[in-house]
Amino acid sequence: MARKSTPFADEALVAGAPWIDALRGDALACYREQGLPTARSEAWKFTNLRRLERIAFAPSPAKGTPVAEIPDGIAALDGAYRAVFVNGRFDAAQSRLGDLPKGVEIGSLAAVDPDLLEPYLGRIADTQVHPLAALNTAYMADGLYMKLADNAVLDAPLHLISIASAGETAQRFHPRHLVVLGENATATLVESHVGAGETFSNTVLEADLGVSAMLNHYKLQNEAPDAFHIAFSQIRLADRASYDGFVLQTGARLARNEVRVQLGDRVECRLNGAYLGRGDQHIDNTTFIDHTAPNSTSREVYKGVLDDRARGVFQGKILVRKDAQKTNGHQLNKTLLLSRGTEMDSKPELEIYADDVKCGHGATTGELEEDALFYLRARGIASAEARAMLVAAFLSDAVAEIQAEQPRAAFQAVVDQWLDATEASTR
Amino acid sequence: MPLLEINGLHATVDGKPILNGIDLVIEAGEVHAIMGPNGSGKSTLAYVLAGREGYEVTAGEIRYDGKDLLEMAADERARAGLFLAFQYPVEIPGVAGTTFLKAALNAIRGHRGESPLDAMQFLKFVREKAGALNITDDMLRRSLNVGFSGGEKKRNEALQMAVLEPKMAILDETDSGLDIDALKLVASGVNALRAPDRSLLVITHYQRLLDYIVPDYVHILADGRIVRSGDKLLAVELEEKGYGAFVGAKAA
Ligand SMILES: Nc1ncnc2c1ncn2[C@@H]1O[C@H](COP(=O)(O)OP(=O)(O)OP(=O)(O)O)[C@@H](O)[C@H]1O
Ligand SMILES: [Mg+2]
Repeated sequence: MARKSTPFADEALVAGAPWIDALRGDALACYREQGLPTARSEAWKFTNLRRLERIAFAPSPAKGTPVAEIPDGIAALDGAYRAVFVNGRFDAAQSRLGDLPKGVEIGSLAAVDPDLLEPYLGRIADTQVHPLAALNTAYMADGLYMKLADNAVLDAPLHLISIASAGETAQRFHPRHLVVLGENATATLVESHVGAGETFSNTVLEADLGVSAMLNHYKLQNEAPDAFHIAFSQIRLADRASYDGFVLQTGARLARNEVRVQLGDRVECRLNGAYLGRGDQHIDNTTFIDHTAPNSTSREVYKGVLDDRARGVFQGKILVRKDAQKTNGHQLNKTLLLSRGTEMDSKPELEIYADDVKCGHGATTGELEEDALFYLRARGIASAEARAMLVAAFLSDAVAEIQAEQPRAAFQAVVDQWLDATEASTR
Repeated sequence: MPLLEINGLHATVDGKPILNGIDLVIEAGEVHAIMGPNGSGKSTLAYVLAGREGYEVTAGEIRYDGKDLLEMAADERARAGLFLAFQYPVEIPGVAGTTFLKAALNAIRGHRGESPLDAMQFLKFVREKAGALNITDDMLRRSLNVGFSGGEKKRNEALQMAVLEPKMAILDETDSGLDIDALKLVASGVNALRAPDRSLLVITHYQRLLDYIVPDYVHILADGRIVRSGDKLLAVELEEKGYGAFVGAKAA
């Protein structure tokens, strides 16, 4: 067996409240014990992090908030509240958090009294299953804190803008976000991850939804071509909560977005996504939907398009525990390959221990249909345009899964831009 | 100069010879019908004319409107006025019928040096043509051909032809699957397009269509060759006698 490697663990731990110190210490031990994931670990079979290890990422920032302007590529959300983070640090100057409705707190996690965090922070995410999430716990410094009291309603989407920024020196950082919705609270959270330079953002997001709470949660990963984006989100859904999640990944050199959801009784969970890869990009979507209680519904549709030499990974596991009778689960992964050099690894997985459930899953990977292409061309539509029409058609029902109108339009615009660039390159 | 001239055309599919020496001349304004048993190569000929990949021309030449047709890509041929109504129209989920038709029409208008139609002009134009073929707005909006009945798909082909106004239209069994009323609608749509500068190549199994779209010439295709040519009476004769009397015979 090869020796395990534990890069990025050379920083001293920051001391704070005793419970946080313990959390950090345990997490660091967990990371050291497991090491950076390798292809020998089942969960990382298709995503190789060796390239990450070869880059000398410096921890960012040593102190203070690094300065970076918001680059292009964020979701266009007029009228949204804004929480901006630069290399994981809250940037008050570029944020817009005035006039929050009653019962809504949004701000920097670092500024929150640790006593208020204790019931949640590090208690929602199973970071021991993910060595880099454990590393995040050891070194987390700041991130989004969003808390809605019972019955509170966030009246406009909150736009979390995460800027990963590096100049001469490659930068690494560990943003840590916490979202807590009380009973019956309602919010829309949109994340835009953008940036410039050689960066390694290792993000963890924990979300806890109370009984009957509703969260729309849409994430756009549109980081720079040299960026590494590793994200781990865990969402706990209490009885009758509903969650509409969507992840659009189109940026970064290598990206892995892992989402774990736990469902209580009568929960409505939608966990959808799209991925658009070109060049030498590697885009991984890994999900785990855990049905722990009866009568819940989960829907998961991930669709992607890969061009040039891009690689895609989809690992989707649905677990239906013994008590989760009357579970309704649907999972689908479809990938369109536009070029011979692409590769897709798709691993859908159903594990069912209850006997009265309705679950289905499927995965397909294919090229553009020649018949369809010829039909369009036979009507005078030029080859590049015909291809673009078919790719757009393939993706048309992906973003449509987003239930909230404004974010849906914003994400569609990002997809359209990607399609235009693809069409232009085949012309 | 003929609009379409096929000389000694041989073609293979997956290495298998399907067309074994076809000669056919279609002058501007003429209507030609091709009849022939299943598997005789009618659709193959249509696909070769439309420029489908995988159909390899091993000998012969095709001239269209003064140009070497085989040198042109499929979409170029279409923009130059060649139209194939498919025997089996393709379903394309996610592409709305109107989006598709607008892209096609504007590509062809661009080639003719005409300005593209805007959304309003386009809709007005298409609605008029669609109405004549009993095609509803709902059918236009839906994904192209998806969930259409066999007859609806054929009417949709006829609509595309009416909208794109081709110079040379090839109808590959457009009548198959149409009910009697729809057949009349489609036939009158086709007849409305007839003009001194437009030609038609009508592939059919049924003489009935030729009662509505009266051909100037009828050809019988068997085993990848035209074995007999005549006027519209040949179709009547064929209906009476069947292919047995013609297949194996030399071209007349
Ligand atoms: N990919 C292929 N490989 C081998 N043979 C093929 C292929 N495609 C078509 N053929 C054969 O070519 C021959 C001609 O087919 P074609 O579709 O042109 O016939 P057709 O005259 O249009 O018949 P129909 O009246 O049934 O529509 C058939 O024998 C068919 O099986
Ligand atoms: Mg045929």
